[in-house]
Parts: sequence; C-alpha cells; structure tokens
Amino acid sequence: MNKNRIIVVKSIIWLLALIPVSRLFWLGFTNGLGANPVEFIEHSTGTWALVFLMVSLTMTPIRLLTGQVWQIQVRRLLGLWMFFYACLHITTYVWLDFNFLFDEMVKDVLEHPRILVGFAAFILTIPLAITSNNVMMRKLKSKWKTLHKTVYLIAILAVVHFLLLVKKDLTEPFYYAAVLLLLFGIRIYFKYQPKKV
Amino acid sequence: MIIVNQSKQNPSDIQSSEITSKTVFDNRRHFIKLAAGTGLLAGAGLLSLKAKAANIAGGVTSGDARLLGRANAPAQPIAALKKGEIYNPRQKIAGVKKSAYGKDLEIDTYKNITTYNNYYEFGTDKSDPAVQARTFQPQPWSISIEGEVKKAKTISLENLMKLTTLEERIYRMRCVEGWSMVIPWVGLPLASLVKWAEPTGNAKYVEFVTANDRDNMPGVSSPILDWPYTEALRMDEAMNPLALIAVGLYGELLPNQNGAPARLVVPWKYGFKGGKSIVKIRFVEKMPRTTWMKAGPSEYGFYANVNPKVDHPRWSQSTERPISGGLFSGRIRTKMFNGYESEVGQLYAGMDLKKNF
Repeated sequence: MNKNRIIVVKSIIWLLALIPVSRLFWLGFTNGLGANPVEFIEHSTGTWALVFLMVSLTMTPIRLLTGQVWQIQVRRLLGLWMFFYACLHITTYVWLDFNFLFDEMVKDVLEHPRILVGFAAFILTIPLAITSNNVMMRKLKSKWKTLHKTVYLIAILAVVHFLLLVKKDLTEPFYYAAVLLLLFGIRIYFKYQPKKV
Repeated sequence: MIIVNQSKQNPSDIQSSEITSKTVFDNRRHFIKLAAGTGLLAGAGLLSLKAKAANIAGGVTSGDARLLGRANAPAQPIAALKKGEIYNPRQKIAGVKKSAYGKDLEIDTYKNITTYNNYYEFGTDKSDPAVQARTFQPQPWSISIEGEVKKAKTISLENLMKLTTLEERIYRMRCVEGWSMVIPWVGLPLASLVKWAEPTGNAKYVEFVTANDRDNMPGVSSPILDWPYTEALRMDEAMNPLALIAVGLYGELLPNQNGAPARLVVPWKYGFKGGKSIVKIRFVEKMPRTTWMKAGPSEYGFYANVNPKVDHPRWSQSTERPISGGLFSGRIRTKMFNGYESEVGQLYAGMDLKKNF
C-alpha cells in the first residue's frame, strides 16, 4: 500500500475515533446523558478504550491471515486512541466521579479488585503511549517490541476489569473476552505453524 | 394554567428542566389546599380539568370532591378498571395524606426516577425497564397472603389501597451500586398489611414474591437470577413504621418500571431489598434465602442495611453519588442506615453488622 493510501486510512481512523467523544459532548450539552451522567461517561469512555485496544490487537492477526502489512502502520495510532479514551475514563473517575477525594480513591483502588485491575491496566499503558513514536522506536530498537508486548497483559486486565464491574449479566464482557481469546488463538496458531521455506 | 399544561404533557416529552421541582410540587400542593380551603371556584375548575386530563376513572371522582373541599368524600383512592380500560400510571391517587418524612430533602425529577431503574425482569440496563415494561399489565392485580397466617387469603389492588389512609413519604433510596435518589412515594405502612394478614406466632420472617410474567418480562427468559425475584424481612423490620408498600409516585400511580402496582420500600436498606410488582407475601418461620443471596452469597446478605463501614467487593459504600446532583456534584458521605438510624438502629442492637451484612 502506498503512502497516500496510508494517509487516507489514518484520516478515516481519526474521524471515526473522534465520534464517541464528540457524541459525549453533544449529549452533555443537550441533556442526553441520562439520570447518572457520570456513570454514562465512565462506561462510554471505558468501552471505547476497550474497543480501540481490541481493534489495535486485530492488526497482527489480519497480517497473519491475509499476508498484508499495511495495517501494521496504523497499529500505533489505534493504540494511542485507546490511550486517549483510557485517559478520559480515568479523568472521569478522578474528577467527575470522586471529585478529587483522594482518601476515598485510594481506598477504592486498594479494596476493590475491579478498580485495582483497571488502575494497573492504565498505569501499564503509560510507557506504551510515551514510546509510541518513531524517535523512541529507533532508540529502543529490539527492546521496543518486548516493551509493547505488555499490551497483551493490558488487554487481559481490561477485560477482567469489565467482568468484575457487572453485577450479574456477564454477556457484554464475555463478548470482549471471546474476541480477545480469538485474537490470541490466531497468534498462537501461527506461532506454532512450521515456517515456510 | 401551569397545572393544566403539565397534565397534558407526555412524560417522555418533558425536558428535565421542566420537571416539577420540589418547590413547584409543594407550591402546587399548597395551591390545591388553598383552592380546597377557600372554595376558589376558578381554581377548582382548573383542577377538575386536570383530573379529566389525567383520566381518573369514574366521572366526578372522589379526587374532584376532595379538591372542592368536601371533607367527607369517600376514600376510594383508585377505581377498578372498566372493560377495555388499561392501567394508566399518570392518574392522581385520591385521598393521600402528606407525611413529615423527607420534608427537607431535594426530590429527584420524575424523569430520572422513571428512566433509571434496576428491574432485571425488564432488562439489565437501567434504561431498559422504562421501554421494556410497556406491555406489562399491573391491573387487575391481587396479592396472595400465605404461610404462617390464620387463613390464607388474597387482597386486590383496590382493597389494598383502601386498607388504611395512603401517605406520601419522601424517602432516600440508596442503591448498592453507590448512587442515591430521593423519591416521593405514595403508599401504606407495611405494618398495616401485616396486621390485616393476621400472621400466627410462628411467623418470624415475611417473604415477598414478585411477578414472573414470561409474556411481558423479557428478562425472565434468561437465567441471570433465580426467578421469581424474592426478598424478605424479619418480622420486626416489617413492622417498623418506615417500611412501606408503595403504590404511587409523585402523587400518581406507580409506573410499571418502578414496580407497579405495589412494591416494597425499605429506606434503610439497599434498594434491591425493595421487591417490585409483589404477587405473594409469605409468612415463614425460617430466614428465607433471597434472590440476591442465592446469586452472590459473599456480596449480598439477608439484611443489606445501608452501612458505610461495611464495604462491598465491587463498590465503595462509604460514599454515594446523589442522582439529583448531575455531572459536577461529586459524592456525599453515606449515612449509617441511610440516615434512618434513629428510627431503626434499635432493631440491630447487639448484632455484628459486619457478619450480618
């Protein structure tokens, strides 16, 4: 795929990625966030962070299945959008939900596995976001790849974070868990395939 | 004129800014009293127009009579449905007495109370019940009384509402998920119903069995919970004056999504204790295992008293988000027994509330 096409694909990703956050602002200004707007924003930003994480993890399986390589060039962009929504998610938690009540937040993180797992996932994304640029890629060389394998752990933590939130109806988090298992399965399958000579 | 306009609006069309605030609600009440007291004919005319708009069954209803100041109007809160008529929650309940409960609280809007509901029989998303409960039919309705009672019997909704004077009770509702609302219920003390049921000396607990309507409740076809949803109270809890059988909201009948036609309200306990659309009340000797106890024994206990010192594995219980606060209000500290400690604290004297959560 040539350079122009990559630019087109990247532009489309930018436009699509801006929709969920624009929608939140729109709903916020038109009184459309429902009875519990904080919960609405928390769930929405969390969901979109998870979606971008899943989509970024789909790029390698697509390469493995189709032999195409162009999507690898948009992987970092997708990861950064995941980080963007994760940042909104945690900002909502710290500001809108807990209104900077730090004692309550510390208690919440330490006492509830759900929050602890989510918090851990967020912390782990920070180094990945910081190194998602060409300069850091060149600097870190082979270590970059190793570092960015953390994304698998982050994905597991994020799905567990969602599973622990739900009181009883686990359907929705199970969809994400299933997608994640499928993506991991494809990787594992190709890893153990005899190499073509 | 404000009154007439409001009665014509469909609840779903009302902007939240237009929803009756507590002040307007009080003022309107005051206006009604004023109209009744001084026999303001113009006022009464307007109000009876509203009564017609709200489709109160039975022509010149007791509601009209009350508004016109006839003190000896018969106390028939609602009439039985006529042939072809369906339950309409947007009708005023006649003869409701105001109570002192929650006078100083800021009441949540009708829209928020009726669109943010945990009622898994109608879907697990809190916006589901308002949509999915539309085909549910809460009238005609009767509740059967069983178990350790002198004689098993049933009571119709109309008779339930005549059992004693209905009261408006403004209660705080604290959900186990960490949010809270202030709701102006209309109902009767559970104690009145218990007395009418005539439990025997063996009755130590009272169990509430709720509707399990496969045709109109999409949620009960999936095994999320062990249907029908049941809840229970210890007898002394049931007899506490705070425990309420709610039949109305904001002076009108209960909307389906809020547990029409009759539901339990136990304001010092987490919201899930309040079983909705009750079909059966059973008096028993042994502590029943409630639906949520079966679903998560380590998370939900029998008592489920609001307690900021006893944490839940998923949600912090020391603070809560008042729904009326909106986007930027932050949280408030949760009060012991949801602020009703002076009324109910003695029920649990000497009990380890960490163990009996």
